[in-house]
Amino acid sequence: MPIYRSHILICGGTGCTSSGAAEVTEAFKKTITEKGLADEVLVVPTGCHGMCEMGPIVVVYPEGTFYCRVQKTDVPELVEEHIYKGRPVQRLMYSGGEDVPVIPHYKEIPFYGKQHRIALKNCGYINPDNIDEYIVRGGYEALGKALLSMKPEQIIDELKTSGLRGRGGGGFPTGLKWSFCASAKGKKKYVICNADEGDPGAFMDRSILEGDPHCVIEGMMLGAYAMGADEGYIYCRAEYPLAIQRLKTAIAQAEEYGLLGGNIMDSGFSFTLHVKEGAGAFVCGEETALMASIEGRRGMPRPRPPFPANSGLWGCPTNINNVETWANVPQIISHGGAWYASLGTEKSKGTKVFALTGKVKHTGLVEVPMGITLREIIFEIGGGILNDKKFKAVQIGGPSGGCLTEEHLDTPVSYESLTALGAIMGSGGLVVMDETTCMVDVAKFFLEFTQKESCGKCVPCREGTKHMLLLLEKITGGKGSMEDLDTLEGLANMVKEMSLCGLGQTAPNPVLTTLRYFRDEYEAHIRDHTCPAGACAALLEYRIIPELCKKCGICAKNCPVKCIPGDRNTGYRIDTDRCIRCGTCFEKCPFGAIEKK
Amino acid sequence: MTQMKIKSLEDLRRIRESSRDLSSARSGGETVIIIGMGTCGIAAGARDILAEVMAELSRRNIDGVAVQTTGCIGMCQDEPLLDVIRGGQRVTYGRVKPEDVPTIIAEHVVNGRVVDKLAIGRAD
Repeated sequence: MPIYRSHILICGGTGCTSSGAAEVTEAFKKTITEKGLADEVLVVPTGCHGMCEMGPIVVVYPEGTFYCRVQKTDVPELVEEHIYKGRPVQRLMYSGGEDVPVIPHYKEIPFYGKQHRIALKNCGYINPDNIDEYIVRGGYEALGKALLSMKPEQIIDELKTSGLRGRGGGGFPTGLKWSFCASAKGKKKYVICNADEGDPGAFMDRSILEGDPHCVIEGMMLGAYAMGADEGYIYCRAEYPLAIQRLKTAIAQAEEYGLLGGNIMDSGFSFTLHVKEGAGAFVCGEETALMASIEGRRGMPRPRPPFPANSGLWGCPTNINNVETWANVPQIISHGGAWYASLGTEKSKGTKVFALTGKVKHTGLVEVPMGITLREIIFEIGGGILNDKKFKAVQIGGPSGGCLTEEHLDTPVSYESLTALGAIMGSGGLVVMDETTCMVDVAKFFLEFTQKESCGKCVPCREGTKHMLLLLEKITGGKGSMEDLDTLEGLANMVKEMSLCGLGQTAPNPVLTTLRYFRDEYEAHIRDHTCPAGACAALLEYRIIPELCKKCGICAKNCPVKCIPGDRNTGYRIDTDRCIRCGTCFEKCPFGAIEKK
Repeated sequence: MTQMKIKSLEDLRRIRESSRDLSSARSGGETVIIIGMGTCGIAAGARDILAEVMAELSRRNIDGVAVQTTGCIGMCQDEPLLDVIRGGQRVTYGRVKPEDVPTIIAEHVVNGRVVDKLAIGRAD
C-alpha cells in the first residue's frame, strides 16, 4: 500500500469554486503528474474551510500550511517550491494585514483559534465524494455501535443528556422531539432532513452537505433506528446543485457498502434514503409546508396539531430536523451525551455554526461554542469591521431575526439571551452592518423578502406584511408621518401574534428590533426628511455648486428624466421636484460640481 | 472504494485500516522525518532518500510519522540531510545513503535509539 507523504487539500465548496478552485485542482493534478510526484502526493478536493472570502483555499499536509487566494498560475510555483523543494511559499500565506508577519499554519490563524468544530469536524478535511475518507475519520462507527449494542431508547436518552436543540432556529430539544415520534403509533415512520436553507446570507447547511454529507446521512440513520423509521427524505433546495450532487454520490456509496438498504450490518434494521429537490419557495422550510411539497402538493403550511410526530408525511409519524442538528448526532452517540453537554451554557449546549457575512473583514463559516459573545465572533474571529469603519448593528437569525447593537455585543450567545433581546438564534445567519447602513432600509429589505415569500394562505401574513412594507416604503421615501410608526408597530405585533406559521410569526422581527433600537433613525426619515446613513435615495438631494460649474451641459445631456434645465450661457440647475436621485449627473460631472446630501 | 459489503463493525474497521493512507499525512504525526530538498540536497540524491523513506514506512506499515521536506540549511557538503524529530529532540543525519534509511527508521523512528555513526547534530 503506497503512503502519500503529502496531501494537498483544495477547498471545493461553493465559495471557493466560484473563485476558481476547480481550475486550481486541475492545475495541481497536471503539474504533479508532470513532475513525477503522482505516487507521493495526493490531491484532495474537500468541502468548505469556512474562510470563504480568502478562497480558493489550499492546505498542504503534513505541515498544515495554509494558502489563500490561490490561482491556477500559482500552482507551478507551489509544486516546485513547497512540494518538491520543501520551501513554503510565503507570498500566498495568510496575513493579518500589511507589515504583519504571515501566519503559515492553519491552526494559528485567529479566524480558527476560537472555533470549536463538531458539526464541521470533517468539513475542509476530507474528500466528501469518498466514503472511505469519512470511515477513516471514524465515520459510521456510531451507527455500528448503536445498531449492535444500543437499544433505541438508549439513543434517545443520550440525545436528551446531550442537551442538543434544533439548530434550524426553533431550538426545541431534539431528544424530546424524538421521543414523541418514537412513542407515536404507526407501522410506517419517516425521518426528514430539512435542507431548505433559504435565509439571505446563510450557508451553514449547504456547507455541511457539501463538505461532509455522510455525517448527515449517519445522523438520520441513528434517528431512524431510535424512532423506528425505515425511510427518510433529505429536502434540499434546488439552488444547491453541488450539495445535491454530493448527497447523491454519498448515498450511492453508502448503498454499495450496504450501509443503506436492507438488514444493515445484520442488525435487522433497514433504511432507505431519498433526496427531494425543493423548487425555491422559502416557506417550504416550514415543516408542514415541506412535507406537503414532498407529497407533491403545493408547499403551504397547515395548522398544528396534529404535529408531524403523530401525523406527518402521508399521515405517518414523522420527525424533521435540520441539517446541522442531524450532523451533530453521530458524534453525540460516539462520545456520549455528557461530552456534548460539557460545552455551551446551562440551557444551550454544544456548538453552533454561523455564517458570518456583511461588512466584516473575514466573511465565512464559523463554528463556536454556545455562550461565546457576539464581540468575539465579529471582532476576534471575523477580524472586525471592513475598512475599519464603525460597527453599527448585527442582524442575527435572517429575515426572522432581529438587529442587535453595540450594547449587546457582550451578550453570551444562547437561545434564551437572543430571544430576550427580540432576535432569535435562527439558523445561524449573522449579517454585520457598519455606519453606512440605514436600519430602516435593512428592515425594508428583509420585509420585502418575507413579503414576497409569504405563501398567502393566512390573512395576517399575506396582508399584514404587504402593508408593513408599504409603510416602510413611505418612510424611506420621506413621506412618512409619526403616526405611521405606531401603525407599523401595531401591525407588526398583529402579524407576529396571528400568523399561521413561523414565516409570518417571525417576519416582523427585523422591523420590531430596529424600531426598538434605532427609533431615532426612523424619526429622522420622517421629521427631518434625511437618512442619517445616506443610503435612502429618495431622501438625498442633488445640487449644482455654481462656483465649480463650468456650464458644459454634460449633466443635462445625461439626465434620464431631463430635469436639469438651463443652457451654456446662463448655466444649469437641478429641478429637485422632478429629480429621481439616480446619481447619473453626480457620476458624469467632470468637475465634481454636483453635491449630494 | 473496495467492493464489499459492511456487515459488522469489524468490516468497517477493516476498511478504516486499509484506507489509512487517506488520513496518515493529514494527522501530522508524533514523529517527523524531514529531508533537505534544496538544490544541493537534490543533487546529492535526496529524492532517492525520500523515496526510500516512503517505501520503508509503507513496508513496515508505520503509522503516525509525518514526512516533510525543507530547503537548504547551509550544510551543503553533508547533503543529503535527514532530520528525525522524536520526543521533542531533533537529530540531523548527514550524507545519508538509501541503504541507511531502514536502519534509521528501525533504530530511531521505531525504537528511539539515535544512530550515532550517522548523526552529525542534535538539538533538544
